[in-house]
Amino acid sequence: MSVRVERVTKRYSAAGTPAVANVSFEAKAGAITSIIGPSGAGKSTILRLVAGLELPDEGRVFIGEQDTSNVTIQSRGVGLVFQNYALFQNMTVRDNIAFGLTVRKRDKAEIDARVEKLLSLVQLAGKGNRFPRELSGGQRQRVAFARALAIDPKVLLLDEPFGALDARVRIELREWLEGVQKEMGVTTLLVTHDQEEALEISEHVVLMFDGRVAQAGSPGDLYDRPLSPEIAAFLGASVLQGSVKNGQAQAGSFSVSATGTAVEGEKVRAVLRSEDLKLTRSATDGEVRAAFVRRLKVVGGRVKVSLDLPHGESVSVDLPRSEVDALALAEGEQVFVDVSSARIFYGEFDI
Amino acid sequence: MPGFRLTLISTLVFVALIVVLPLFGLFLKTTTLTFPQFIAAVTSPRALLSYRLTFLSSFAAASLNAVFGLLVAWVLVRYEFPGRSLVDALVDLPFALPTAIAGLTLTALYTKDGLFGKPLAALGIQVAFTPLGIVVALTFIGLPFVVRAVQPILESIEPEIEEAAMGLGASRFQTFRYIIFPTVLPALLTGFTLAFARAIGEYGSIVFISGNMPMKTEITPLLIVTSLEQYDYAGATALAVVMLTVSFALLLLVNLLQRKLARVTGNAVA
Repeated sequence: MSVRVERVTKRYSAAGTPAVANVSFEAKAGAITSIIGPSGAGKSTILRLVAGLELPDEGRVFIGEQDTSNVTIQSRGVGLVFQNYALFQNMTVRDNIAFGLTVRKRDKAEIDARVEKLLSLVQLAGKGNRFPRELSGGQRQRVAFARALAIDPKVLLLDEPFGALDARVRIELREWLEGVQKEMGVTTLLVTHDQEEALEISEHVVLMFDGRVAQAGSPGDLYDRPLSPEIAAFLGASVLQGSVKNGQAQAGSFSVSATGTAVEGEKVRAVLRSEDLKLTRSATDGEVRAAFVRRLKVVGGRVKVSLDLPHGESVSVDLPRSEVDALALAEGEQVFVDVSSARIFYGEFDI
Repeated sequence: MPGFRLTLISTLVFVALIVVLPLFGLFLKTTTLTFPQFIAAVTSPRALLSYRLTFLSSFAAASLNAVFGLLVAWVLVRYEFPGRSLVDALVDLPFALPTAIAGLTLTALYTKDGLFGKPLAALGIQVAFTPLGIVVALTFIGLPFVVRAVQPILESIEPEIEEAAMGLGASRFQTFRYIIFPTVLPALLTGFTLAFARAIGEYGSIVFISGNMPMKTEITPLLIVTSLEQYDYAGATALAVVMLTVSFALLLLVNLLQRKLARVTGNAVA
């Protein structure tokens, strides 16, 4: 079932700034929609509003075609998974998973069968009699997923579900979730501050800043066609500041001829994504500028190269280690940067 | 583990000096009585009635405290209200107040002319100088034990746990019944036991409010003091031995129950 959030505003205190303001978006049925943004952007509030843990001050939330304004959390049929697992410590894994069915007073045999199925779905077959404290973090979170899925939720609501897990388990569980979600076709809303995670597993991304939707669309949309430099920066691009001078959009060492509508002296920001920048050791043709390698940060097989450009701006480039080795880069050395493309934003933007 | 031997030895010596030695003396003293004398001393009608009163009123008070102490702890943990820290501080007062003062105050309040006693007397309820008065005093004494045992456990229940339960369809009552209550139960039992144990040994606050009528409102600790005043040291210690044995057996029982519960629920014994 789809989830439609319509012009929703929520204030936690009457006088304070709204946690979310006039937010609208639709999460397609059967797909994973991610809500991303920096902390305090109102991501979790959206999830709580959909769950019914909070009620909107203005606007409405639809689950399927149903307006949920008067539907309690108990009857919304949402499966919640939290960062801290929130398992019932006083119950076994089996009873945790069965809880939603037990309170619905389902038939005992039916519950047992369903729990067994879910236990094997989350790869915990045979661990039904354990207590949560006897499991690892990844296993606990899988129990939480099974518990949420047991009630056949209309929507799965995940609040930073991988946030407390170490890197390997995180990726494992993320891939597992992708598979299960596809197989079951349950509409999923995922809140995360990890943009990489969001771009990787979701069909649709809602990016929030300061309680508002900055941009919503497919991961490709957001990455290739960001509506503002802030959005591009959040997704990992470098942003250079400048202005229009003599018909040229000039941002630091970077300049291109300005568009026709650009006004002289207008503010300019150039968005440079990692893949728009090519590094060479010797100056060749094209847009090539000298830069200094400020820092090399090796992250597994990839290297994050921070560069200082001549005008004091800095950009960062993410390269495979083999390429960095081939270039024989080292901190403090000079390289040449070839800018193949960039997005130019004119004027001021409010997200 | 380094330091094991040193800490174990000092623990044993300490416990032996502070707890075991006086108790040993107590048992030793009773041996001045012959067995039939001992039996006669501890099974006199007056003694039997005093045991009944002591254990029943202690049990009643501890039960009351378990119910209302849980409620107080719940309110203190769950709600923000003006004066909360004041209420929180008030809970500890029975710990600090000399019990005789508590007894005197309660007696003054609950006699026929007292602030509470007068309207209650109009309803035909007499509190002071009855077993009911004893329960009131013991409840006053025992409240902090339950509140302070339960409070930290309630605080440790993450809000997400309840949210997850409600999302799964549980009503507020079901959430309490199946999740919160079982989680706090071991701590509640600890609080109950402490309040109960404290009540059995309580003396100071009872002397005034009970009226000390033999066979009616005379608790065992008081009977012991009365025996001592009559220079019947052996008789007093015989009663003490009975008190001690029963109390110890009860505490042991609750402790075992609690351990079993803790094993099931995975909560550490508080």
